[in-house]
Amino acid sequence: MNQFAISATNLVKEFKTNQSVVTAVNGLSLQVAPGETYGLIGPDGAGKTTSTRVILGLLSRTRGESSVLGFDSMQDVYQIRERVGYIAQQFSLPRNLTVMENMLFFAGVHSVSIEQQRKRIPELLTFAGLNDFKGRLAGKLSGGMKKKLALACSLIHEPQVVMLDEPTLGVDPVSRREFWNLLGNLRAEKGLTIFVCTPYMDEAERCTRIGLIYEGKLIVDDSPANIKEMIPGRLLEFTPSSFAEALKLCNEMEGVLEVQTYGEKLHVFVDEIPTREVQIEAALTSQGIAYDHLREIQVRMEEAFISLIRRQKESVEQNAMLGDVR
Amino acid sequence: MSAELFTTQNQDSPILAQNLTKRFGTFTAVDDVSFGVRSGEVFGWLGPNGAGKTTTIRMLLGLIKPTSGDAFVLGFNSARQTKLVHANVGYMSQQFTLYSDLTAAQNIRFYGGVHGLSNDELHQRIAEIIQMAGLEGRENILTGSLSGGWKQRLALGCAIVHHPKVVFLDEPTAGVDPISRRQFWELIYQMAKDGVTILVTTHYMDEAELCQRVGFITGGKLVALDSVGQLKRTQMRGQVLEINVSDPEKAVRILKTAQQNHQVPLDEVALYGAQIHAVVPDAQEYKDAIQQVLTEENVRVHSIEWIAPTLEDVFISSVKAPAEQN
Repeated sequence: MNQFAISATNLVKEFKTNQSVVTAVNGLSLQVAPGETYGLIGPDGAGKTTSTRVILGLLSRTRGESSVLGFDSMQDVYQIRERVGYIAQQFSLPRNLTVMENMLFFAGVHSVSIEQQRKRIPELLTFAGLNDFKGRLAGKLSGGMKKKLALACSLIHEPQVVMLDEPTLGVDPVSRREFWNLLGNLRAEKGLTIFVCTPYMDEAERCTRIGLIYEGKLIVDDSPANIKEMIPGRLLEFTPSSFAEALKLCNEMEGVLEVQTYGEKLHVFVDEIPTREVQIEAALTSQGIAYDHLREIQVRMEEAFISLIRRQKESVEQNAMLGDVR
Repeated sequence: MSAELFTTQNQDSPILAQNLTKRFGTFTAVDDVSFGVRSGEVFGWLGPNGAGKTTTIRMLLGLIKPTSGDAFVLGFNSARQTKLVHANVGYMSQQFTLYSDLTAAQNIRFYGGVHGLSNDELHQRIAEIIQMAGLEGRENILTGSLSGGWKQRLALGCAIVHHPKVVFLDEPTAGVDPISRRQFWELIYQMAKDGVTILVTTHYMDEAELCQRVGFITGGKLVALDSVGQLKRTQMRGQVLEINVSDPEKAVRILKTAQQNHQVPLDEVALYGAQIHAVVPDAQEYKDAIQQVLTEENVRVHSIEWIAPTLEDVFISSVKAPAEQN
C-alpha cells in the first residue's frame, strides 16, 4: 500500500469509435497526499472528467495504473466506493424526495447502519445549514442549497476522500463562497482529502495544490503560489483608446514577453520595470494612442493559466512542425 | 429623483429603469429600482439567485409588465412599444439556444431569417459572424459537436445577427474555460467600441471586474451602483487580512473558536489554499490580537497582511448587509 490518497501513473484512456481512436487521458501521472485540497484545472476537453472517472473506477482504463487510498481503481471498486464520496458534474438529486429522504436514501445506498444514521444525518444537516429545510423537496431548493445537499449526501458514509467534478456550476457568489468555506471546514476539522475539477481560477487559488491538465497530460503540478511564480517577467495593465493598434504595438515591442487581452484592457508581461513601462508610454504616445490606468499588477492564477496553456500549445505546434521537416 | 434628471438621462441611456417594481402576489421581486446604462457601456447586473436580476431583464425586454414604474430601451417604453424594443435588442441566455442538428452557418441563417434579413444581408452576416466566432473552416460542422467556447461565440453571433444597438447577455459564460471566456470578453468590448450598449449578468465576480460599471441587486433592491474601483473603496464593510502560518488547518480551528467566544470580532474566517483570509472591522486594530491568539496556541505566524478586497468580497459584504438588517 502506498501513502497517497489518490495516485495515477502513466494513466491512459482511449475511446474507440468505428472510425477512430480518441485519447482522452494520455499518460497522466499525479499523486495527492492525505489532507490535501487538490484542484484539477485545464481547458474544456482536456480530460478532467474522464481522469476523475477512471481513477474512481467508473470507467475502465486502457493502460497505466491508478488507485485511491491504495486500492486499485479497477480491482478494488467496492473498497473505493466505501471510502470515497463523489459528486458528478451536473449531478442531480432525486427531485421528488425531501432533504431528509435524500439523506436516508444515500445512507441506504452506502449501507450506513441505523445508529450511525441517527448520529450523522443531524450532524451533516447542521454542517450544510439545511436543518430548517429537512421537509423540503430537493427540487424546490435553490441552486446553492442543492449543491450543499449533494455534498452532505456524499459525506454520509464518512469518506476519507471526496472527488468533486465542477461542483459549483451555476451557483451564485454567496452560495459558492459558502460551499468553499464548507470544504475548508472539512479540511481543517476532519483532515479530509479533497479532489476538485474546476474551470474557475479563483476556486483553484483555494486549493493547496493544482494540477494543470492539457490534452490528457499533466503539464504543471504545484502550489498556486509557485505556479504564479513560474510566469516570467512583471505584469503591466492599461486601457488603450485603440485596442487593436495597441495590441499590435505591444506584441512587436522589445522586452515584451507576452500580451493577454482582458476585456477592454491589455495585460503586458515585460522583462523589467520601469524601463519598459516608460518605453510603452512613449510608443503609445508617438502612435497617438491614449491610455488610462497604466500600472503594475500581481499575476493571478487566471493569467498564469492562460500563459501556461499558450506556451504548451506553441511547443506542441513547434514539435509538430519539426516533425514535418524530418 | 427629479423629472429633469431623468430627461437628460433618457437621452444618453439606451437602457433605463425608472422606479421599476414587480410584485407576484404578496412577493415583491423587484422593488423600486432605478438605473441607466450609458451608450456604448458594458454594464454588469449582479445579484444572488432570486434577487430579481432576471425579472428586471424581463421587464426591460417587455416580456412581463411592471407593477409600477417604467422600463425603456432606446427610448421605447418596453411595456407599450415591445415590438420596437425587440427589433433593436439582442438577447443571449446561458442555455445558448442553438440548434445542435444544424451547422454553424445554418444557425446564423435561421436567426437572420427570424429577424427578416434579406438574402444578401444573410450572406454577408454569415461570413462576418463565422469570422468573429473564429469558426472559419468549421462552418459546416454540426453545432452539437462544437466545443463550449465556439458554441458560446456562435450563440452571441446569432443574438446580434440583426445588428442590435442594445444587447442583453444572461450568464453567457457559465461552464466555459478561462481562455474561451477571455476571447468572449474581447468580443463584448469590440461591440461596445462600435457603440453597442451591453448589459451582462454573471455569477463570477472575477469576470464582473471587467465591466465598466456594475449594479448589485439583492432582495429586489438596488444596493450599489458604481465602477468596480469605486465600489471596492466605498462598499466593503471591514477589511481583509491574509494570514500565513505554520499550520493553517489548526489556525482556522483556533480562529473559529475565537470568533465564537467573541475574543476577536471576525466577520469571516476561512481557508484559502495554504493561507487564511479573515475579515475584521479594522485591520490595524485587530492584527495583533489575531497574532496573539495564534501564538498562544503554538501556531507560528509568518505574516498577517491587509490585502485589497476582491469584487467577490465586496459583493458578499453588500448583499449580506440588507439581509442582516431584516
